[in-house]
Amino acid sequence: MARSDVRAAGLPRFLRAFALVLVLIFFLFPIAWIFLMSFQSNEQILRIPPHLLFTPTLMNYRALISGKLITAAGSLDLPFMRNLGNSALLSAASVALSLLLGVPAAYAFARFRFRLGENIAFTLLSFRFAPPLLVLLPLSLYFQELGLANTYVGLIWVYQLICLPLILWIVRSYFEDLSPDVEYAYRVDGHSWWRAFTRIAIPLAGPGIAAAGLLAFIFAWNNFVFALILASADKQPVTVGALAFVTASGIQYGQIAAAIVLSILPTLALALYAQRWLVEGLSLGAVKG
Amino acid sequence: MTLALSGLCKTYSGRHGPVVRAVIDLDLDVAAGEIVALLGSSGCGKTSTLRMIAGFERVSEGTITLAGRRIETLAPHLRGVSMAFEGYALYPPLSIAENIGFGLRQSRRFPSREAVMARVAEIAEMLEIGDLLARRPSQLSGGQQQRVSLARALVRDADLHLLDEPMGQLEPQLRAVLRGRVKAALKSAGATAVLVTHDQTEANAMADRIAVMEAGVLQQCGPGSVLREAPANLFVATFIGEPPMNALPALVVPSGLRPLCAEEVTIALPAVPLPAPGSRVVFGVRPHHLDLGAGALRGTVISQQWLGDQAHVVIEFAGHILVAVSHARVSVRIGETIPFGFAETHVHIFDGENGRALAHGVMPA
Repeated sequence: MARSDVRAAGLPRFLRAFALVLVLIFFLFPIAWIFLMSFQSNEQILRIPPHLLFTPTLMNYRALISGKLITAAGSLDLPFMRNLGNSALLSAASVALSLLLGVPAAYAFARFRFRLGENIAFTLLSFRFAPPLLVLLPLSLYFQELGLANTYVGLIWVYQLICLPLILWIVRSYFEDLSPDVEYAYRVDGHSWWRAFTRIAIPLAGPGIAAAGLLAFIFAWNNFVFALILASADKQPVTVGALAFVTASGIQYGQIAAAIVLSILPTLALALYAQRWLVEGLSLGAVKG
Repeated sequence: MTLALSGLCKTYSGRHGPVVRAVIDLDLDVAAGEIVALLGSSGCGKTSTLRMIAGFERVSEGTITLAGRRIETLAPHLRGVSMAFEGYALYPPLSIAENIGFGLRQSRRFPSREAVMARVAEIAEMLEIGDLLARRPSQLSGGQQQRVSLARALVRDADLHLLDEPMGQLEPQLRAVLRGRVKAALKSAGATAVLVTHDQTEANAMADRIAVMEAGVLQQCGPGSVLREAPANLFVATFIGEPPMNALPALVVPSGLRPLCAEEVTIALPAVPLPAPGSRVVFGVRPHHLDLGAGALRGTVISQQWLGDQAHVVIEFAGHILVAVSHARVSVRIGETIPFGFAETHVHIFDGENGRALAHGVMPA
């Protein structure tokens, strides 16, 4: 009986691994393909049929990093590294500002009942409903007027539309899951409200804050429309900068692929770093109640 | 007196529902070194009261005075109270020892880490969690976590200890042991405590006085013996004691009491001061004060159970159900009509309209 159990368990395990491999192939194939493309020249990429074997070249990366794009029509300046820097600056600053504003707000919404509280929270969420194109025209007019167009401050401000609702609502639900009694216990033990918030509530909601921050960072990083309209060349993030690869002499697939690989790296690194936090959160969660 | 609640009210404004009056006009004094239990069923306002004293709930009306200071508007950390939480509320990342010693680190009485740890070990020993000090809250059972929460409240040198259902999760045997120890520890420290519980055994065992609450209103506050022998109203009479007091609606007639819906029967109570004939009253007698087999009244046995150390006999009397408890085995058959009676010193008479106590067979000294 026991032996047949083992054998019966062995087969599903094999099947499960097989299914896992299929799923991974399905999801990772585009990324792997882009990774391979980034080491090929445009001619190699456009060969029909495509070849899996090729002599890798670093010319795409060299072009991106040096900022000189050599095409059949001549040499072209390419501010890719600057775009990458812009992306990092805009996303990091937006998320930092959103955390600064959103975490205390989320705590307030979770812990206190106040007049119009629910309405304010919902209004903030509704920023996510509105199609960005709808707000862009009036926004860009106002920004011209205010002198905020094509400034980092202006862009970071607009990025709050993306980051703040996300952080607010995710972190709020984390705070709601934490028993306020732990904070009360800390306060009765002789600590002010502010210390209970910073020493107890924030660390306990840490995993939620990390997850929300990571998600907001990815959304901000991938944003295209706001930056397209509101930023000129020297403030553009990679998403907009990638348009430069569509040149008069054709689309530079190799460089696009290399640009994608380079622009994935920061978010990937951040996600891997934040993962430790997320897992730690799961073990902390077991303590509740 | 150490703690004084005066005209205390808690009203939850119902933006999405009716206004809830959780605590209504509560006056309660707790003397220094006294242990008072707030006893009531869930939703009676006892926990709201405790949380107002601790500062977690805003006081809607009234005042709270602790050790001569008005505290109802102070932040919790300025009130000088400690609290054991029903939901434990331990700090998850800290060890048990750190959890218990947390509030001592600021105290001047324990300047060194060693002094704190010695005190923590002492209190942990008393609550039988001395061997758990190095663990984390997540590794403990509910009962163990509850004792940690209790230890954290008792270890502090506070003006007032607030204990919210401090033993609800413990094994009955351990509970019985710890009640005595915790009470002794509070008494030897001269500590003042307010205990919230729905368990009358716990209230009787630990508290000097018991405050019975119902629907936000304090019904009666006094020692357990007074609540039993001279309940202020019908609610307290039927709430305290197990099984509950028999309550028989009756009409005062010249010769005594006539149970409602019973024309033929009269309960003679020559020694009890009754209101004027024609008044509606409720006649109360505790189950273990009903004597079966002897007496002037007649009832029909409906059921009987032997619970190992006592017998519960249910009898029908004049259309009403009465429960009698006997500590000896009784030999009655179901359907049998038996005589029963009671000592007049053990009856209680309540107003039929508002339930207020009118007379007790035994007047408290």
